[in-house]
Amino acid sequence: MSNSVADTSTASSVTKKRDLNLKKRYAAERRFRAMGIGAIAIGLFFLAALLFTVVSKGYTAFWQTSIALEITFDEGVIDSAKKRVEDPNILLMANYPRLARNALQSQLGLEKPTKPILKQLDGMISNGVRVQLREMLLSDPTLMGKTQKVWVLAEANIDSAFKGQIDLSVAEKNRKVSDAQIGWIDDLNSKGLIAQKFNTGLFFNGASSRPEMAGMGAAIIGSFYMMLIVLIQALPIGVAASVYLEEFAPKNRWTDLIEVNINNLAAVPSIVYGLLGLALFINIAHLPRSASLVGGLVLTLITLPTIIIATRAALRAVPPSIRSAALGVGASKMQMVSHHVLPLAAPGILTGTIIGLAQALGETAPLLLIGMVAFVADFPLTPLDPATALPVQIFMWANEAERAFVERTSGAIIVLLMFLAVMNIAAIILRKRFERRW
Amino acid sequence: MAKKTLISAFAGTLILSASFSPAFARDQVQVAGSSTVLPYAKIVAENFGETFSQFKTPIIESGGSSAGLKEFCKGVGANTIDVANSSRQIKDSEVEACKANGVTEIQEVQIGYDGIVFATDINGPDFEIQPVDIYKALAAQVSVDGKLVPNPYKKWNEVNPAFPDWDIATYIPGEKHGTREVFETKLLEVGCEAAGDLEIRIASGMDKKAATTDCFAVRKDGAAVDIDGDYTETLARVDSNKNGVGVFGLAFYENNADKLKVATVDGIVPSTETIATGEYPVSRPLYFYVKKAHLGVIPGLKEYVEYFTSDSMIGPDSPLSEYGLVAAPDEEREAIRKSFMDGSTM
Repeated sequence: MSNSVADTSTASSVTKKRDLNLKKRYAAERRFRAMGIGAIAIGLFFLAALLFTVVSKGYTAFWQTSIALEITFDEGVIDSAKKRVEDPNILLMANYPRLARNALQSQLGLEKPTKPILKQLDGMISNGVRVQLREMLLSDPTLMGKTQKVWVLAEANIDSAFKGQIDLSVAEKNRKVSDAQIGWIDDLNSKGLIAQKFNTGLFFNGASSRPEMAGMGAAIIGSFYMMLIVLIQALPIGVAASVYLEEFAPKNRWTDLIEVNINNLAAVPSIVYGLLGLALFINIAHLPRSASLVGGLVLTLITLPTIIIATRAALRAVPPSIRSAALGVGASKMQMVSHHVLPLAAPGILTGTIIGLAQALGETAPLLLIGMVAFVADFPLTPLDPATALPVQIFMWANEAERAFVERTSGAIIVLLMFLAVMNIAAIILRKRFERRW
Repeated sequence: MAKKTLISAFAGTLILSASFSPAFARDQVQVAGSSTVLPYAKIVAENFGETFSQFKTPIIESGGSSAGLKEFCKGVGANTIDVANSSRQIKDSEVEACKANGVTEIQEVQIGYDGIVFATDINGPDFEIQPVDIYKALAAQVSVDGKLVPNPYKKWNEVNPAFPDWDIATYIPGEKHGTREVFETKLLEVGCEAAGDLEIRIASGMDKKAATTDCFAVRKDGAAVDIDGDYTETLARVDSNKNGVGVFGLAFYENNADKLKVATVDGIVPSTETIATGEYPVSRPLYFYVKKAHLGVIPGLKEYVEYFTSDSMIGPDSPLSEYGLVAAPDEEREAIRKSFMDGSTM
């Protein structure tokens, strides 16, 4: 009897204690959740801060100021001696910027300008007008002597002023745009002869020392070649290595050693691969400097461990029952792998490959040593031509002295982020669409 | 077995790369080196590509004078660079290294002058600097009452009462920059002598060379910050620390004159004019070095150098002087061109 009383009393005290614990445990869970939300909030805050600074600085780079000029292809300026038939160099070397200046001068109604005024007029129009007008005249020689309306790029400082990025309260001698030029901009603006147009040059031009003409064209192509080279080399090598290690290799000390080394390689700083690339591909194999082929080979080495690790994880996720079933109905090991395991692991392998490629797309350090951190104005036609890469272009622009490169740097970051986002979204879609769950 | 797979994968890559090499002959000038010369070289390269449609635009790598010269001295051949840009003269040790690798004939080309300026935030007070002030503010050891002690000065007005009551925070070019050498010889050395500290060092038993080198030692207590990046980094530092003093190239300052206020040195305001006449003391010549063995082999190299040294590029009123290069006097430019034409080597 006494025993049973004692029993019930202890039982009730236990439930009481348990109730207390319940509250505590709920509180602990709430705290844990709050911490989790806090962690995500911190991450989101920094992401938002990054995106805000980049986008707020960079969105203006996608528009570029142009000026409409009534250009007269004046034979007196281009070829006063009328010798262009005998000497085609005359058309190549002619003073095309003078044509643009004359057009601007008459549009602004300036008569007999002084030398300083002429200099400021020259400073309104991009020097790129030389090539623009030359190409027009070379492709259509009948233009000689005629007048045509042409939109030409404004000089970078004029572009910044038109976008309102130049502080006009600063003393005139300390800023790059003169009061007279501001007056001309207003004048042209009231006549509708100056406007911001979508900056296609940002995507298609090569590098340039003139901010208004600088573009990422050579960098985009260089990055594309490198990604292609990485894909066609790292994917087969990586998959072959992982299939062998997972499905065929005996589990012994050697394979353990290789596994440790692969995991180690994935964490080696990328500059080390740059040194390796310099020694191996340029100094020994005598490949050209600055070529996207060499860049692609170096990035392949960087990406390989990532792909191998992802592929092995994907292979391991295929249940052993699939293998046993295949072997059970008489398939060879080779057939088991190629007919069953690999197709089932493919979504995981693709995801790993795309993430590896995205990582390679953002690498700059290894490219420094193989000469790809460079000023490249011409388009690379083949992977053997000198090229540069997207993150390198950002780095180069970030070091420029001119103010107009600030917005371009951020603009290029936006483009790079978009490429990365597209690749990562593709990885997610592929995984969602083809993933098999057991 | 597994190891074999990896090895053969690696070997495959090598074979793949080696199979490309025979087809390779370069038709484009390759340049590397000083980040100070880079903007000028870019302007020349771009105009060169536009003017000479038969040649490709030269490739200009950045990375610093020393790195460029090291790359330059790696040897002769299409997979080595043709030109090294440098913001200082090539050292004897580098010429030796070049020779050891078969680069025996180097042509030196001077392109003009660059000024080194001190600048503060645009709203800061006027700074009137003498080299001795810079030495006293930045040297690791200075003399107090005739004895060398670790630099005791914390504020600018302790160095010179005319300066503001600011903590000393100076952003100077790092040791890999060619600019650092100019900073040492034109400011620290001159200031060391003016302060009488050179003599104190010699009197303490050092020979003259060791004493001079000792004058170059910069304090490591945070008052002098080495900037290993470019001037944009220095600008960002001055932007965030309004009491900071930064060291810039004249061209960079002129492109950012709406954000920076320039200091005078010896009472002279730095400008292309005062640097050209030699009144402003802190300036240095800029160079590039050409491999003579590549002339006539790499298409466009000779034309590139000739175009670079023409008056339309490095003369007064040229695109380079507009950017901030101080043009050399007329006779000097003539001499530069003549020396290249004559093929004189170092």
